[in-house]
Amino acid sequence: MIFYILRRIVATIPVMGVVALLVFSLLYLAPGDPAVIIAGESASTEQLEKMRKDMGLDQPLPVQFAKWIGKVATGDLGTSLHSGKKVSEMIGARVGPTLSLATVTILLSLILAIPMGILAAWARGRWLDRSLMSIAVLGFSTPVFVVGYVLIFLFSVKAGWFPVQGFTPISENPLRFLRTVTLPAFTLSLAYVALVSRITRSSLLEMLGEDFIRTARAKGASERRVLLRHALRNAAVPILTVAGSAAAFLIGGVVVTESVFNLPGMGRLVVESVLARDYPLIQGLILLLSLVYIGINLLTDILYSVFDPRIRY
Amino acid sequence: MKHRSLALALMAAVLSGPASAETLKIVMESRLGNLDPILSASHQTREHGYLIYDTLFAEDAQGQAQPQMIDEYSVSEDGKTYRFKLREGLAFHDGAPVTAKDAVASIKRWGQRDRMGLAIMKATDSLEAEDDNTFVLKLNTPLGVVIDAFAKPSGVPLFIMPEAAAATPITEAITNYVGSGPFKFVEGEYSPGVKSIYVKNENYKPRSEEPSGMAGGKVAKVDRIERIEIADPLTAVNSLTEGEIDFMQNVPLDLAPLVEGNEAITTAHLDKAGYQYGYRLNFLHPPFDNKLIRQAALYAVGQKEILQAQFGDADNYQACGAIFGCGTTYESDVMADIAIEAQPEKAKALLAEAGYKGETVLLLHVTDNPAMAAVGPVMAQQLRAAGFNVEMQAMDFMTMLSRRASQEAVEKGGWSIFITSWQVPEVSDPVRSYMIVSEGTKGYAGWGDVPAIDQNIQAFLAETDVAKRKEIAAEIQKVVYEEGIYAPLGQSSRLNAWTNGVDGLIPNGPTVFWNVTKSAE
Repeated sequence: MIFYILRRIVATIPVMGVVALLVFSLLYLAPGDPAVIIAGESASTEQLEKMRKDMGLDQPLPVQFAKWIGKVATGDLGTSLHSGKKVSEMIGARVGPTLSLATVTILLSLILAIPMGILAAWARGRWLDRSLMSIAVLGFSTPVFVVGYVLIFLFSVKAGWFPVQGFTPISENPLRFLRTVTLPAFTLSLAYVALVSRITRSSLLEMLGEDFIRTARAKGASERRVLLRHALRNAAVPILTVAGSAAAFLIGGVVVTESVFNLPGMGRLVVESVLARDYPLIQGLILLLSLVYIGINLLTDILYSVFDPRIRY
Repeated sequence: MKHRSLALALMAAVLSGPASAETLKIVMESRLGNLDPILSASHQTREHGYLIYDTLFAEDAQGQAQPQMIDEYSVSEDGKTYRFKLREGLAFHDGAPVTAKDAVASIKRWGQRDRMGLAIMKATDSLEAEDDNTFVLKLNTPLGVVIDAFAKPSGVPLFIMPEAAAATPITEAITNYVGSGPFKFVEGEYSPGVKSIYVKNENYKPRSEEPSGMAGGKVAKVDRIERIEIADPLTAVNSLTEGEIDFMQNVPLDLAPLVEGNEAITTAHLDKAGYQYGYRLNFLHPPFDNKLIRQAALYAVGQKEILQAQFGDADNYQACGAIFGCGTTYESDVMADIAIEAQPEKAKALLAEAGYKGETVLLLHVTDNPAMAAVGPVMAQQLRAAGFNVEMQAMDFMTMLSRRASQEAVEKGGWSIFITSWQVPEVSDPVRSYMIVSEGTKGYAGWGDVPAIDQNIQAFLAETDVAKRKEIAAEIQKVVYEEGIYAPLGQSSRLNAWTNGVDGLIPNGPTVFWNVTKSAE
C-alpha cells in the first residue's frame, strides 16, 4: 500500500508537467496583454514595449516557459505582475477561506446526503423517497448563484441572521466564522448533496437485491442493521467514487460561491487573475488546483481499500 | 430573564461586525489593481492616489486651478519661466519634509507618462529646485496649459512622491507607498483583491479654504477607511442596505431601485459630468480608409437610440455632440448634430458616392462593461440600416484593448470600429484627449494621419487666451468630424449611494474621502 501511494505520488510529477505546459501554452495563446492592463489605454506604444520587455513578455515562449518551470522547480512561483507580491504569498493568503468553505461544505453534504440516500432507499417508491429525490433533483438543477442570491435575500436581508458578505477566520472568532461560512457552504453543498444522495440510494438499492442481504435478513438481522452494516458498507465504493469526483467538481462551484458571498478565497483569485491576465498568478493557481485534484483522486483510491478490503494495490 | 437578555446582548456584540463610527467602509466600482498612480491610468489607482498623495494644484468646483501644495507662484512676463514655492509644514507620512526636489522628481516622472506632461516636458529647458521650498520651470516656448496640467484630476494626475520613489523608471511600478496626503496607506494590511486600508494622517496640514471640487482644505474626518473589494454588484448593494458597508461608488442602473427607494440610503451623481462614450474608426484598411465612407458611418450612427438602449430613462444620460464634452470649457456645437440623430438616408447617399463595395466592418463589441454592453448591438444595427456589412465580435474590455493594437486588415485579425469611454475631464480639451489623436501609425489606435489636428493642438498649447483657445478647440472639432476621426456617443454619470450616517462627500469626477464624516445613525 505504501509503495502504491509513493508510486502514485511520483506519477503526479509528469502529470503536473503536462498541466503546466498546457496552462502556459493556453494562457499565451489567449488574447490579452498585461502591459496594456497595467498602464491603461493611454499608454504609448513605446511605453508598452518597454514594459513587456521588463516583464520578460517579449521573449520567445519556450524561453519564458523554461525560466518559469526552472523557478517552480525551486519552489518559486514568481511575482504577481500587478501587485508585485509573491504568488505563493498571495495564494497562501487565500487558501484559508477556500479550505474552510470546502471542508464545511463536504461535511455538511455528507451529513445530509448519506442519510437522505439511505432513507430514500429504505422508502423506495413511497412519498418519502420521491420527495427526497425531488429535492435532490432541484438542488442539482438550480445554479449556485441563484441559490446564493435567494439565501442572502431570505436569511441576510430579510431575517438578518447572517452577514451578506465577508469572511472571518475560525481562529479569530469561531462564532463569527460559522456565521460567515454557513450560507456559502449550504449554497455550495446543494448540488453535492443531490449527487451523493442519489448515488447512495441507487447503490444501496442495488445491494439490497443481493444474496448476502437476503441471508442477513434470514438470520434475523434488523432492517437498520441490514441497511447500515451490510448494504451501506458494500455500497461505499461507488459512493466514494462520486464523492471524490464531486469534491473536485466543488472547485468550480467555489469560484461562483466566493464571488456571490464575497469570500476572499482562491476561487475569486482565479477570476481576478484571469481578468487581469496576471500570468504568474494564474499559473501558480492552476498548478495548485491540479495538485488538489490529483490528491483527491489519490485519497479516493486509498479509501476504496479501507471500505472494501478485497481491493488491494 | 435578565440574564438571558444580557447573554443575548453579549452574543450580539460578539456576532456583529465592527460598527465603528470612525471607520468608513467603501466599495468602489472595480478592484484596485496597481498601486502606482503615475504608471497606471486606472481610475481606481487614481482614487487610491488621492487618498495618500497630495498635488501641487487642484481644480475647484468651477474647474479652475487653485494652489494646493503650492503656497505661491509666479510666471515671467514672457510666459517661459514659472517659479513655485511650496507651503510650509508639508511632510510625508514617514515624517520627512516635502521638498522642492521631491516635486521636481515627481513632475519629471509624470512628464514621461501623461499626455499633457509630455507636452510640457517637450517644451522644457530646465526644471530644478532652487532651494528646499522653491523650484523653477523654464520653458523654451510659452505654454498656456502648465497650471491646468498640474491641477487636472485625470488621466494621470500629478501626485507628489518622495524623490526616491519618483526616481523609479516609468515602466516599473513604485514599491514605496509613502505620500503626503490626508490618509496613510497601511501596507501591512493590504490584501490585493480583498481590501486596502487607509488611516488618518494626523500630521497633515490642510489648507485653510473650504473644500471645493478637488481643491481647498483636505481634512480627514474619519480615522480609518476600509476599501473592500466586492466584485458582485448585487452583493455590494445588499451589503449597503444591511449597513455592512457605508459607501458604494457605482450602483448599476438595473439595481438602482433597490437603493433609491430605501430610506436609509442616500443616492446622488457625485460626478456630474460623468463619462463620455465614443467610437473611433480604423483609417488603415477598407472600408474606413475612405473619407466619404467614414462620414457615412458617422451619419449612420445616432446617439439617441444608443443611449436609450444603454441607459433607459432619459434622466440617466445626456445626448452630446461636443467632442470635448458638454458642460466643459471647450464645449462646442460645431457639426455636433452629426452625432445626435441617425441619418441613414444621408449615409446611404455617401456610401453610393464613395462606391462602397460591401467590405466587412468589424465592430469590437465589449461585453463585460455593463455601461457599454448595449452600445455595440445598436450601433451595428444602425450601420446595417445604412447599408454597411457589419460583423460584430464580442469580447471583454481587456481583450478589446489588445485586439485594438492590431494594425492588420480585418481578415487577418484587425478591426474597423472600437467603442470606449473616458471620464469627461480626460477628454475635456485638445491636449488631454486621446480621442482626437491623428498621428499616423505611431499614434493612438485608429491611426488617422491628419496633420491639421496636431497643428491646432500646438496652437492651443501656445495660446493663453481662453476665448482664442475655444476657437481653436472648435476648429479641431470641425476637422475631427469632417475627417471621421472620432464621434462621441453621449454622456452618463454613475449613481453613487451611501448610508445616511455618511456626510460631506464632495461632488467630483474622482471620488475622494476627505471632508467625509460618519455618524452612528
